[in-house]
Amino acid sequence: MTSSSTNARAANLFLRRNKLYLSLFIGGMILLTAVTSRMTDFNFRDGIGAVPKVIVWSLHNFVPDAKALERLPKMLDKMADTVFMSIMSSVTAALFAFLFALTGSVTTRPNGFFAVLARGIALINRNIPVVAWAMIFLLTFGQSSFTGFLALFFTSFGLLTRFFMETIDEASVSTVEALRAVGASFPQIVARAVIPTTLPQLVSWILYMIEVNIRSATLVGLLTGSGIGFIFDLYYKSLQYKSASLLVILIMVVVLSIEVISNTLRRKIL
Amino acid sequence: MALLEVTGLTKYYNKDAPALKDVTFSVKKGEFVAVIGPSGSGKTTLIRCINRLIEATEGKIKYSKAGDMLALRGRELRQARTGLGMIFQHYNLVSRLSVLENVLHGRLGYKGPLAGIFGIYTEEEKAKAVEVLTLLGLEDFMYRRCDQLSGGQKQRVGIARALVQDPRMILCDEPISSLDPGSAKVIMDYLRKVQREMGITIFINLHQVDVARKYAGRILGFNKGKLVFDGPAEELKNKQIKEIYGTEADDLILN
Repeated sequence: MTSSSTNARAANLFLRRNKLYLSLFIGGMILLTAVTSRMTDFNFRDGIGAVPKVIVWSLHNFVPDAKALERLPKMLDKMADTVFMSIMSSVTAALFAFLFALTGSVTTRPNGFFAVLARGIALINRNIPVVAWAMIFLLTFGQSSFTGFLALFFTSFGLLTRFFMETIDEASVSTVEALRAVGASFPQIVARAVIPTTLPQLVSWILYMIEVNIRSATLVGLLTGSGIGFIFDLYYKSLQYKSASLLVILIMVVVLSIEVISNTLRRKIL
Repeated sequence: MALLEVTGLTKYYNKDAPALKDVTFSVKKGEFVAVIGPSGSGKTTLIRCINRLIEATEGKIKYSKAGDMLALRGRELRQARTGLGMIFQHYNLVSRLSVLENVLHGRLGYKGPLAGIFGIYTEEEKAKAVEVLTLLGLEDFMYRRCDQLSGGQKQRVGIARALVQDPRMILCDEPISSLDPGSAKVIMDYLRKVQREMGITIFINLHQVDVARKYAGRILGFNKGKLVFDGPAEELKNKQIKEIYGTEADDLILN
């Protein structure tokens, strides 16, 4: 009897302590928000109060007019450039990423040294933001679409290598083991086990990368003077907000439709 | 003549405790050998050291005509593995490929690099695959994708893949641990058939002591990486079971 009542008391104490930690955590978050907003002179009430004004101003300046619509064909032309560039950079990056992922993943790596090397190269590539890549290549190749391509290529390559490595390690451990036991060689194992088991996920990552790259291409184009980013910059700096806003709408439509297309494709292949 | 000769096999994963300690035994052609022991006793390590999926720290493994398995490199090792089948607890099939393609994977070790990469098999190889599938009662499932099969069917595909290798021995790593009792019996019966009718040696890890006693001619018992029992199935009594599992037989579920 005594032991069960001490146990009940211990359980009670345990639950109460967990509740205390939760309240302390929430209290801490509120305090942190208050302190940081004080330090940065950010006022919630003023911030929220400004929202209606922003909406009214936007409605005045950002609704596309007839002149903007006249420019639509040119915009579509540049948009196509941007989309093709994103697809090209994603697919080329995927090719290299797959080779690096094979070298770096725990399941398939042929040699420890090269695995570390491959992982290291991919790590550096993906941790340099796409904008920084664009700046670096601007110095060497100047303002051209090739610069934009390279910037997108290197970040996509770094990211895809990591995604592919995880996919290979997650999906193909058991089949790689089986084919090693059968006496298959490394290229045979890759072709008959790794690729068939991971293909749907690999394709899904490439589609995702194309989506991301269309978004980044806009930003990269701003810097490298190519594609949709370039004309957005042009309209914006010459105060033609109505054309710029049409462009933003166009980008949203394209990104959304790419997302829809890739989601459908993904569902089909999985 | 011995088909498999293991001498002084030792494996350390870390410095403290060996997974296998100085294991010595040999297996004759056509035997049905079961390996039993509690989890962590080294059964899986042993079976994977034989075909070098895991590298042993020390010792010698002589298999068939291959010589010392531990000394083989690259091509020679792949050639030795070709004559040694293996089936797994989780079947290890490429689930998005068809049954037929998975069975033909068993031929990869015999193929040239390009024919293997592109999956080009000869007429004889295909006929052999169909013959083996028919033997295992899978002729109606040949074109089915492997992810549509039940566990027992998948394991039969695993056996078929091992059989098209023309192996002299099949290593089985807990092949029935993920199966329901009915499918487990079907698989054990097929393994016995393979051993009796085709003369292929079966070397099998089991958790079920009674299954081992019923099917195996000879039993190896492991405890903490040491071989503590090696004898015919009839000699495995409660005393030996206690030595292997460290518990009275009455406290174990044996089947």
